[in-house]
Amino acid sequence: MSKKETTVREPYFHIVKRTSIPWWKAWTIRILAVVAALVVSGLITVLLTGEDPFKVYGTMIGGSFGTPRRIWGMAQNLAMLLCVSLAVTPAFKMKFWNIGAEGQVLIGALATTACMIKLGDSLPTPVLFAVMIVSSIICAGIWAMIPAYCRAKWNTNETLFTLMMNYIAIQLVSYFSYEWSVPKGSGQIGVINSASQAGWMPAILGKPYLANILIVAVLTVLMYIYLNYSKQGYEIQIVGESENTARYIGLNIKKVIIRTMLLSGALCGIAGLLLVSGTDHTLTRNLAGGRGFTAIMVAWLAKFNPFYMILTSFLIVFLQKGATEISTIFALNNSFSDIITGIIIFFIIGSEFFVNYSIKFRENAKEDAK
Amino acid sequence: MITAFIQRAVVQGIPLLFGSTGEILTEKSGNLNLGIPGIMYVGGISGVIGAFLYEQSLTSPAEINTLLAVLIPTLSCIAGSLLAGLIYSFLTITLRANQNVTGLALTTFGVGFGNFFGGSLIKLSGSDMPSIALTATSNCFRKTLPFADNLGWFGEIFLSYSFLAYTAIIIALVSSYVLNHTRVGLQLRAVGESPTTADAAGINVGAYKYIATCIGSVIAGLGGLYYVMDYACGVWSNDGFGDRGWLAIALVIFAVWKPSVSILGSILFGGLFIIHNYIPNLTVAAQELFKMLPYVVTIAVLLIVSMRKRRESQPPESLGQSYFREDR
Amino acid sequence: MGSAAIELKNITKTFGTIVANKDVNLTVNRGEILSILGENGSGKTTLMNMISGIYFPDHGSIYIDGQEVVIRSPKDAFQYKIGMIHQHFKLVDVFSAAENIVLGLQEKEGFNLKHSAERIRKISLQYGFDIDPMKKIYEMSISEKQTVEIIKVLYRGADILILDEPTAVLTPQETQKLFTVLRRMRDDGKAIIIITHKLHEVLALSDRVTVLRKGEYVGTVNTKETNESQLTEMMVGKKVSLNIERSECENQVQRLEVKHLDCINREGVKVLNDICFNLSSGEILGVAGIAGSGQRELLEAIAGLQHLNGGEILYNNPATNQIDNLRGRTPLQIREMGVRLSFVPEDRLGMGLVANMDIVDNMMLRSYRKGKSFFLERKAPKNLAEQIIEQLEVVTPDAHTPVRRLSGGNVQKVLVGREIAAAPTVLMVAYPVRGLDINSSYLIYNLLNEQKKKGVAVIFVGEDLDVLMELCDRIMVIGSGRITGTVDARTTTKEEIGLLMTKSDRGEDNE
Repeated sequence: MSKKETTVREPYFHIVKRTSIPWWKAWTIRILAVVAALVVSGLITVLLTGEDPFKVYGTMIGGSFGTPRRIWGMAQNLAMLLCVSLAVTPAFKMKFWNIGAEGQVLIGALATTACMIKLGDSLPTPVLFAVMIVSSIICAGIWAMIPAYCRAKWNTNETLFTLMMNYIAIQLVSYFSYEWSVPKGSGQIGVINSASQAGWMPAILGKPYLANILIVAVLTVLMYIYLNYSKQGYEIQIVGESENTARYIGLNIKKVIIRTMLLSGALCGIAGLLLVSGTDHTLTRNLAGGRGFTAIMVAWLAKFNPFYMILTSFLIVFLQKGATEISTIFALNNSFSDIITGIIIFFIIGSEFFVNYSIKFRENAKEDAK
Repeated sequence: MITAFIQRAVVQGIPLLFGSTGEILTEKSGNLNLGIPGIMYVGGISGVIGAFLYEQSLTSPAEINTLLAVLIPTLSCIAGSLLAGLIYSFLTITLRANQNVTGLALTTFGVGFGNFFGGSLIKLSGSDMPSIALTATSNCFRKTLPFADNLGWFGEIFLSYSFLAYTAIIIALVSSYVLNHTRVGLQLRAVGESPTTADAAGINVGAYKYIATCIGSVIAGLGGLYYVMDYACGVWSNDGFGDRGWLAIALVIFAVWKPSVSILGSILFGGLFIIHNYIPNLTVAAQELFKMLPYVVTIAVLLIVSMRKRRESQPPESLGQSYFREDR
Repeated sequence: MGSAAIELKNITKTFGTIVANKDVNLTVNRGEILSILGENGSGKTTLMNMISGIYFPDHGSIYIDGQEVVIRSPKDAFQYKIGMIHQHFKLVDVFSAAENIVLGLQEKEGFNLKHSAERIRKISLQYGFDIDPMKKIYEMSISEKQTVEIIKVLYRGADILILDEPTAVLTPQETQKLFTVLRRMRDDGKAIIIITHKLHEVLALSDRVTVLRKGEYVGTVNTKETNESQLTEMMVGKKVSLNIERSECENQVQRLEVKHLDCINREGVKVLNDICFNLSSGEILGVAGIAGSGQRELLEAIAGLQHLNGGEILYNNPATNQIDNLRGRTPLQIREMGVRLSFVPEDRLGMGLVANMDIVDNMMLRSYRKGKSFFLERKAPKNLAEQIIEQLEVVTPDAHTPVRRLSGGNVQKVLVGREIAAAPTVLMVAYPVRGLDINSSYLIYNLLNEQKKKGVAVIFVGEDLDVLMELCDRIMVIGSGRITGTVDARTTTKEEIGLLMTKSDRGEDNE
C-alpha cells in the first residue's frame, strides 16, 4: 500500500517518479545537459583566458583532432578508458559497487610487467604473450574476487573494501618500481625491454596503438553480447534487479557475485596489460591515471550499454584533450581538464533527475491520491 | 626519537582527523561522500587564494596582521569547501543522483580545481612572485604555545602544535558529543539509519542531510587548509596533498563511525604513514610496502566488523541511498 | 459511559475507482475499547488512517469531543491527542527504546535521555508495561517493539489510541499481556480503537464492536449482547453467487503429501506449526485464512524457498512413479529432479517477474538454463510471449515492453501464463486475482479450471471466501501457522469458514 501524506501547507509542486519516458525526450534532456555543460565550461575558460569563446571551442577541437597524431592519441586514450569502463560494467549491472578498478588495472599491469622483465628474454614471443595474458587476467581477477568473496560471505561493504584495495595495489606497484628500477634505486622502471621490445604489442600497419584499439573494439562487441545474449549476462541482470526473484528461480546469488567480479577483474587485468604492453611500455604508480574512477562515470552515464560507452568515453576523452590543449596554449595548468570533466559529469548526472522524475505543479495536485 | 615520532604522527594525523570527522558527520546522515578528497583540495586551495590575495595587498610582509592573516584564509577555505559540499548535496539530495558517481566526479573536480589554481594563480593574478610560498601567512598559522619548548618531551608531544591542530581535536570531540548526547545528533543518526522512520517522526530529512553534508565538507576542507598552511609551511605543491583524502575515508571505517575514536585513529594512521622513516635499515622499496599499512589495517577492521555483525559498529543503514518519500 | 471522544459521520474515501470506505459511522467514548471488525480489504485500516491524518476523507466529518475537526496530517492528529500504532513498526533498530520514543520531539525541558527514561518507566509502571528504556530495538522481540510503539504514543500524551491488528504478530501470552495493558488504559479514561479480525479477541476485550464489510458500515453492537455467530455473519455477509464454473474431480492420484511441516522465522515466531495435508491431481485445494497466517511460508516451503525446522514434503512423480522428498532442496534442485512445480507468488513484480525486463525475457526466467549453450535462446520465449499475449489478451504495445509498464491485471496474466506454460503437475497460486478487474479475474479462474481438468494439482491461496467456495474442491483453513480445519467447498458455509479462520490460536498452544 502506498502511503502519502497530505500536508497542511500543500507544497507548490511535488515530485513524481516517471513510469516511462519516450526515448527522444530522455535524449533531448541529456543532450541539453551536455550543451549546457559545454556552455558553462566555455564561459569559465573565457573568464580565465579572456579569449573569444569560439576560439576556445576551436582550440578544443584542434587539440583533439588537429593532427593525425592527435587523433591516434585520442583514439588510444578512448580505447583504454573504454576498456576499463567495459570491465566495471558487469559488476555495476549487478549493483555491486566496485570502485577498485584502478587497483585491479594496476595489478594486471604489474603481472604483465613481471612477465616482461623476468621472462622477456627467455621465452619466444607467442609464449610470452600467452603467459602475460594469463597472468594478468588471473592476478587481477583474484584481486577483484577478494572483496566479492567477502561481500558474498559476510556482506562486507564492497564500496569501501575495493576503494582500500586500490591503495594497496598502488603501494605494491611502488614497491616493485624500486625493486626493478633502472638504474637501481631511481624508483623508475623505465622503458622495459627497450632494445628487444619483448612483450611489446606489435604495431599493426605501422600504427603502434592500432592493436590496442582493435582489441578494445572486439571486447566492446563481446561485452555487449555477453551482457545481452548470454545466460550469465542474464543472471547478472536478475541479481541486479531483484535478489528476491533470483531466489525464486533458484539462482546461486553468491556464485554470480563472485563470478561476475572475477570477470570484471580479469578485464581490468587486460586493460593493465594493454597499458603496459601496448602504450606505456613501463609501469608507474600513475599508470591507470584515474581511469578506474572515470570509468565508473562513463559506464554509469552510458546506462551500462557498451555501445553508448563509446560515446560517453569519447565525450570525456575529448574534453580532457581539448582542455589540455587550452591549458597548453594559454599557459594554464593542465589540471584544467579535470575541472571541465567534473563540470560535465555534474551536468549529466544532474540531468538524469529530469529523466527519472517529473515535477507536478500545484494546479492538478488535488486529485491524485494513491 | 619516540617523542619526535609521536609528534610527527600527530602532525600527519591532523588533516586525516579533519577529513574523517567531516566524513563521519556526512555519513551519519546517510550520504557516502566520496568527494571528500576533492573537497580537501578545494579547502586547501581556497585558503591559499585568500592568503595570496591578502599578501598581495600588503606592501611588505612585515606589516602582516596576524588576525587577518588567519581569518581571511580560514574564511575563504570555509567558503570554498561549503560550495563544494553544496554541489554534492544539491546533486544527491535534491536531484537524487547516485552518490558514488557524484562523489567521484567531485573528487576529480576538486583535485583538478586545487592543482589548477595552485599552478596558475600566479599567472592569473599577473604577479611577479616565482612560486606560491605564503611563508608570512604560514607563520601566523604555525604559532604555537610559547611555553611548549620549555617542557621537554611533555611539551613536544602535547603542546607543540598550532591552533588548527587543537581545533581539529575540539571539533572531533564536539561532533562526538553532538552525535551521542543531543537531540540534533539523535535525529541526524535517525536520518542516516532509517529516513522513513525519521520522516514519520516529523524530522526534515532533506534539511538534515544538507546541513550535515555541508558542515562535514567545511570540516574536511579545514584539513586541506591545515595541510598547506601548517604542514607544508604555506607552500602549495601540486598533488602534494596526495591520497590523504582517501586515507581520511579509510579512517572513518577504522573509527567505526565514532569521531572520538578517530582522534586516536588519526594519530595511529599518521604514525603508520611515516613509520618507514623511523625503522632503521629499510630499503626504499620496503618503505613503499610500509606505506600500505593504513589501508591494510582499514580492510582488517572492515572485515572484522562485518564478520562480527555487531549492530553498533555497522555503517549507517541507509548509507549510499537517496531518500524519496514516495518510493514506499 | 463517558462522553464521545471521537465521532465519524458518513466518511467516504475512494482511491481511483475503488471505494475504500463508504458512508462509515463510528463513535468511541472515553473509557471504552471499540473493536473494528472486518475481513482483509474491508477498509478498516483506511478508515483509521483518516483519523490519524495519513489520508484525508473525500466526504463526511470527524468530531472530537463534540467539535468538528479537520485532520490533515499526522501532526494535526497528534494535536488532537490521537495516536496510532501501525502494523509495521517505524523504529530505528540501533537506537534504544528511549531514543526511539523521544525521536522527533521538541521537549521543553531539553534533551535528557535519563529524564526521558524516567518518564518512560513511570508510564510503564502506570499501565503495566515491562520494558527497559535503554534496551536496543534490535535486541527486542516483536512484542517489545510493539510496546515501544505504544509508549511512544502515550509519551506524546495521546488519549485516543488506535491499534492496527496488534495481536497479529503476538503469541497468546503476549496477547494476554497486551490486553491487560489496554484494559488499564481504558480504566484510565482513554479511548481505544483496536482493529482486528479475531473474533474471540473481540469478545474478550472490547466493549462495543463496529463491523465493516467491503468498505461499508454494517453496524455496531455491544459486545455483551452478541456472540460469535452473529459477528461472523455481519463480517462475511450473505453468500454472493459468482457463477464460476466448477467441474467434478476426475482420476485423482495423490500428488503431494505434506507431513508435519514446522517453520520458525527469523524473529523466532513459529509461522508453520505441524502442517499436514494431501493434494491430489485434478483438484483445486483452496487455502483460506487471515493474511499472514503462514500461507506465504507454506507455499515457499513447498517451492524450496523456505528453510524448514521439521517435516516432509513428498512428491509422487507421475513420470517415474517414485516418491521424492522435496524438503531441503533448492528450487533448482527441485526442477532438476523432474518435479514440474509452478508457483505464482504473491509479490508479482518483486519475486515472480523482473520489473525492468521485457515480457520475452521474463518468459525465460525459469527456463533459460535449458541446454548447454553459453548463450540465451530467445526464440521459444518470444513465441511463448506472443502466444500468451494473444491467448490471454494481454494489453501491451509489444512483447518487448518492460513488465513494469503493464497494468496489474496484465502483469498477472504474463506471470500466470508463464507458470502454466511450464506444463506443471503442481500449480501453486497466491492471491492471483488481487487487484484485478472482473474480466481478468474470471480469465484466471478459467485458466485454473483448465489446469485442473488436465490433471494438475492446484493450490489456491485466496482471500475472497465467495471465490474459494465456488472455485475450489476442498478448502483448508489455516490460522497462526496451523491448520484449523479442512472443509468440502461444495457443502460448506461462509460462517463455517469464517469461524475456522478466526478460531486460530485460542488457548493451549504454548510454543
